[in-house]
Amino acid sequence: MRIVVAMSGGVDSSVAAALLAEQGHDVIGVSMQLYPSTPSGRSGQAPGAPMSDRAYGTCCTLDDLHDARRVAHALRIPHYILNFESRFDDAVVSDFVREYVSGRTPIPCAHCNSDLKFSALLERATGLGAGALATGHYARITRDEAGGYHLLRGLDHGKDQSYFLFTLTQEQMARAMFPVGHLDKDTVRTHARRLGLRVADKADSQEICFVPDGDYAAFVERAAPELTRPGAIVSEGGRVLGTHGGVHRFTIGQRKGLRLSSSDPLYVTHIDAATARVTVGPKESLGRVSLTASDVNWTSGVAPVEWRNIAAQIRHRHTAASARVRAADDGRADLAFDEPQTAVTPGQAVVFYAGEEVIGGGWIE
Amino acid sequence: MRIYLDHNATTPPAPEVADLVARVTRDVWGNASSVHHFGQQAKGLMDDARGQVADLLGAEPSEVVFTGGGTESDNAAIRGAAEALEAAGRRHLITTAIEHEGVLNTVKALARRGWRVTLVPVDATGIVSVDAVTAALADDTALVSVMHANNELGTVQPVEAIAQAARDRGALFHTDAVQTAGKLPIDVRRMGVDLLSISAHKFYGPKGVGALWVRRGVRLTPFITGGRQERGRRAGTENVAGIAGMGAAAARARQKMATEGPRLAALRDRLERGVLAVVPGSDRNGAAEPRVPNTTNISVERIEAESLLIGLDLEGIAVSSGSACSSGTLEPSHVLKAMGLPHARTLGSIRFSLGESNTEAEVDRVIAVLPGLVEKLRNLTVTMKR
Repeated sequence: MRIVVAMSGGVDSSVAAALLAEQGHDVIGVSMQLYPSTPSGRSGQAPGAPMSDRAYGTCCTLDDLHDARRVAHALRIPHYILNFESRFDDAVVSDFVREYVSGRTPIPCAHCNSDLKFSALLERATGLGAGALATGHYARITRDEAGGYHLLRGLDHGKDQSYFLFTLTQEQMARAMFPVGHLDKDTVRTHARRLGLRVADKADSQEICFVPDGDYAAFVERAAPELTRPGAIVSEGGRVLGTHGGVHRFTIGQRKGLRLSSSDPLYVTHIDAATARVTVGPKESLGRVSLTASDVNWTSGVAPVEWRNIAAQIRHRHTAASARVRAADDGRADLAFDEPQTAVTPGQAVVFYAGEEVIGGGWIE
Repeated sequence: MRIYLDHNATTPPAPEVADLVARVTRDVWGNASSVHHFGQQAKGLMDDARGQVADLLGAEPSEVVFTGGGTESDNAAIRGAAEALEAAGRRHLITTAIEHEGVLNTVKALARRGWRVTLVPVDATGIVSVDAVTAALADDTALVSVMHANNELGTVQPVEAIAQAARDRGALFHTDAVQTAGKLPIDVRRMGVDLLSISAHKFYGPKGVGALWVRRGVRLTPFITGGRQERGRRAGTENVAGIAGMGAAAARARQKMATEGPRLAALRDRLERGVLAVVPGSDRNGAAEPRVPNTTNISVERIEAESLLIGLDLEGIAVSSGSACSSGTLEPSHVLKAMGLPHARTLGSIRFSLGESNTEAEVDRVIAVLPGLVEKLRNLTVTMKR
């Protein structure tokens, strides 16, 4: 089968490509260029006009694209770099900025998976005659006897990325492959060394790829200075305790960077973008027993009308907590936790698990 | 069998040229600046090559400066002329919006350092207007640089008339002839240019070697400083094997041009006619004439060239689209953008550039493969949008 592998230049997708090639598949490597890499690339200068100075941009991922190309070359598979700059900007970066200035805390990786990899890139792969698109995600897809697809956590729970893949539909799962999902990270690295891949010991990526320094607030301020405005930090009783430089600098449960003098530790408990007010309170105020999710995807394609017992994960690094969920109107879902959960954060995903399986998920309202 | 239709990117070295480069690398390894026998041998080969390149251009051998390629020649010409004329108070440069990056980005770099730069626009023909260049000329214009033929469209620019206009205002004129050398007859005297860049690997020579023709009497500030090689105009121990290969390729091209040109034009026209006839919503970009004989640039509606290019590659057909940047990704062509074509059309453009090895059978295979590929990609877009 012809399989397109999305190669990021990291060890996981490199091994994914290598394993598929070893199995004898017709593997085509592709890498997505997501943000500008060269100053000349976007030459928007008007002809006839005197030219002004242009700042040279640098790109953190040219090295990664280079690694992907080197791996593909070593595997003797064709490799293409696809320009997804404008789509990435529309689907991921703009949303990221919009969410932060709306007082929410976005997960760009999940948007990238749903709006780029398993939509536009999957479309490209199909156009290249591929029967499947493979990535280096730590997640598994199984097929039952009735022909239905199931999304499971990666076997290595420490690396599991199923949380970021909850948007996958039956149609997408039918054409997605996660060749390292049934391996643990050490095994992946062992494969990489066995295959002589140069990225065998490359460090895992940590931050959001387009904000390599991890300073999200500064990124938002550069991208949309007109949308950020200062406001007040208030107590739960409404008393003004201080000021802040913009709601995009805060996330629910945040304690650091409040610059308040208080004898008791204070946490961000509520963010109101409309009034630019950030509410703080004691840790106890962070607990929530219920939430509403929007744009919910039910991976089986069928929404449960009755309450269903599941385990709900509300952050990438959150131990899924017992809860009940049922579908509501307009693609929403209502969810009730058995125990109060700390820092239920709008903009993050809530993913519903039945054991190892992702049965659905949505965006926390 | 793979079909190579990307000769404007590079050409396969002619076997006799490749053999010569290998033989010289092995046997004639002397430093051409050395006084002794070994140096003399190397120098002798370089002198031969200089004569062969001069013959290709209708020039004197002493006017030929060997360089590391077309882009280096462009840099040497533009930076060298700009610096040499700065003292005379000439701080203005003119070029066009459709130049190769070797010229465009060099001029931009000088703009950042204080030179005034005018980028002359083009219309949808892809041919620069002489009047527009003339209007841009000023008393302090140091240099006008207009390419001989555009690498993406193949359109030949009116360099003779522009050279005349530049001369009338006391400005130097440079042309990047990388896409015409070996394809069209070049006579630097008749063209009236002062500086002309060429590159060996575009006419079946080796990579990493080119030449800048500098009209006798034109003073350039050397852009690479060091030893006295190339009469002090390009320092550094010469790439003797590459230069010998360039000479052989130049002699070969000069000899083949009269027969190969018409053959390629007929083949290109067959391809162009065929594609436009069988692919609905396809259009040629730029004027049909004057063009170099081997190039056609075609936009396909409702298709991203990136997908088409990859699809063709997987079918064993090598073409190009836009210009490949450092990462190998595809950008919308600055040339098509400058021509004022709609964005969608700039994204759907494919360049076919033919060469010596291509046959009618190959062209017919492309015409046979393309419609199915285009239709598949279009259907896919419709399905996914739904």
